[in-house]
Amino acid sequence: MFNNDLFTFLKPKNELEHPQGDLTGNYSPEIPETMWVKCPKCKSLILTADLEANHKVCAKCGHHMRLSARERIALLADDKSFEEFDADMTSSNLLSFPDYDLKLKSAQLKSGENESVVTGVCEIGGSKTVLGAMDSGFMMGSMGTVTGEKITRAFEYATENRLPVVMCTVSGGARMQEGILSLMQMAKTSGAVKRHSDAGLLYITVLTDPTTGGVTASFAMEGDIIISEPNALIGFAGPRVIEQTIKQKLPKDFQTAEFVEEKGFIDAVVPRSELKSAISRLLEMHK
Amino acid sequence: MSAFDKVIITRSNNRLTAVDYINSLFGDTFFELHGDRRFGDDKAVIGGIGMLKDDMPVTVIGLEKGRNTKERMERNFGSAHPEGYRKALRLMKQAEKFHRPVLCLVDTSGAFCGIGAEERGQGQAIAENLMEMMTLKTPILSILIGEGGSGGALGLAVANEVWMLENSVYSVISPEGCASILWKDPSKTAYAAECLRVTAQDLFKLKVIERVIREPKTVESKMFDSLKGIIASTFDRYSAMSHQELLESRYNRFRVLGNNVTPLEPVTEETAQ
Repeated sequence: MFNNDLFTFLKPKNELEHPQGDLTGNYSPEIPETMWVKCPKCKSLILTADLEANHKVCAKCGHHMRLSARERIALLADDKSFEEFDADMTSSNLLSFPDYDLKLKSAQLKSGENESVVTGVCEIGGSKTVLGAMDSGFMMGSMGTVTGEKITRAFEYATENRLPVVMCTVSGGARMQEGILSLMQMAKTSGAVKRHSDAGLLYITVLTDPTTGGVTASFAMEGDIIISEPNALIGFAGPRVIEQTIKQKLPKDFQTAEFVEEKGFIDAVVPRSELKSAISRLLEMHK
Repeated sequence: MSAFDKVIITRSNNRLTAVDYINSLFGDTFFELHGDRRFGDDKAVIGGIGMLKDDMPVTVIGLEKGRNTKERMERNFGSAHPEGYRKALRLMKQAEKFHRPVLCLVDTSGAFCGIGAEERGQGQAIAENLMEMMTLKTPILSILIGEGGSGGALGLAVANEVWMLENSVYSVISPEGCASILWKDPSKTAYAAECLRVTAQDLFKLKVIERVIREPKTVESKMFDSLKGIIASTFDRYSAMSHQELLESRYNRFRVLGNNVTPLEPVTEETAQ
């Protein structure tokens, strides 16, 4: 099991994030705080403690459940090394889009985050690295203006300080409540990635379930090295949209990480248990 | 005219398409170039070289919907596959090599959603265009002449300046898609179009575009002469810049988007009617 100190940074930052006032640090939106959890794939019962210790991978069938941004950072960053950037940056309703303020607030409550991405600098296996992790609990990891801004700043920081970037994606795509401004974040982040790349620096993307839409069509697919977790859904258009467009059923395994790897768009499918050591090795080889 | 009225206009069959613009701007000088040198030739994207004026060869790339049923089938209704975006990028790199400015004409309901498109990396193809266009060392101007459908439009719209015709639209999602996902109610489509701020006039307020252009209604329109004039003078202005200035201005143009706007007034369901 993790020791509790490791989770100090998981603690909520304000009362908005945890209305029940649960400040135990046992923060995990996907798994109820009961003893047992049922694997959504193989349906077997797993002890919550075992599941946490196994980084939310089912020991029976190997199904990778979603990690929050904080859990992802805990998985990858060396102990206590993560220093967050722009933690207080929050979105505003620029288009006065109906109910968007409310949705932002409830996303903040649900995820415990201020936006759909957490960025910062840390060490991974002893290598200093800029690390970003998206959070599916925040409006399905959708990319708004602040998401784009935080990612852009992270890349600009990495370029200035000559650091590699590791970006973990999970996203339904652009955030429609921000209209065209969310679409523009695709261009903005891509520009920052390009400058980082032109400076000769390493960018590793870690695609996790699901990575689709505007995030796939921008920084997710722009890594020098693109890694994915097993069986993650990776695509541009979502499977339902495709089925509606072409009016036929999609083949099984279509748009899985393994399928995308076979088509030549992913460098490696790496299970969560090996993710940190794989990234550490790659960072080491680019020093 | 409501936002959704404009969406309808951009989809109407008698609207001028990229081919019409290319013919009117470049006449007989247009030489079409095919293929992405990787997989095939995507007819949803038309590209080539033409003389905008006597001493100005330009690479022009358009998303083409087709002007009649036969053409529309052939052009896949202007929805490009990855090879279309890769063909566009190939032609842009060629333009960079020969120091020609690039003119992109955007008119698509979106990048194609299908099995082949996913298998060949639709997301990767668009992502690569966004990255490479940001640092292409030649001036780029993108004009939205009809529908600007999300990432499929943006794949040809990372430019030094982006202009829109007065009745064109540009959006992150179709109003139909937005109404169905957010409200599960197709009757709210017109309202969704209003809320998404898809019109040239709204996007000008949001500083997403530099110019709103009055649009020519026919291929013979005199307006093409003035359009040609402002395109040429824009290219002249950017060609006079050093590469560093050119790329800096393109990067900064996108860098500030979303950070430099004052929130818009809310729309009501009545405005949409």
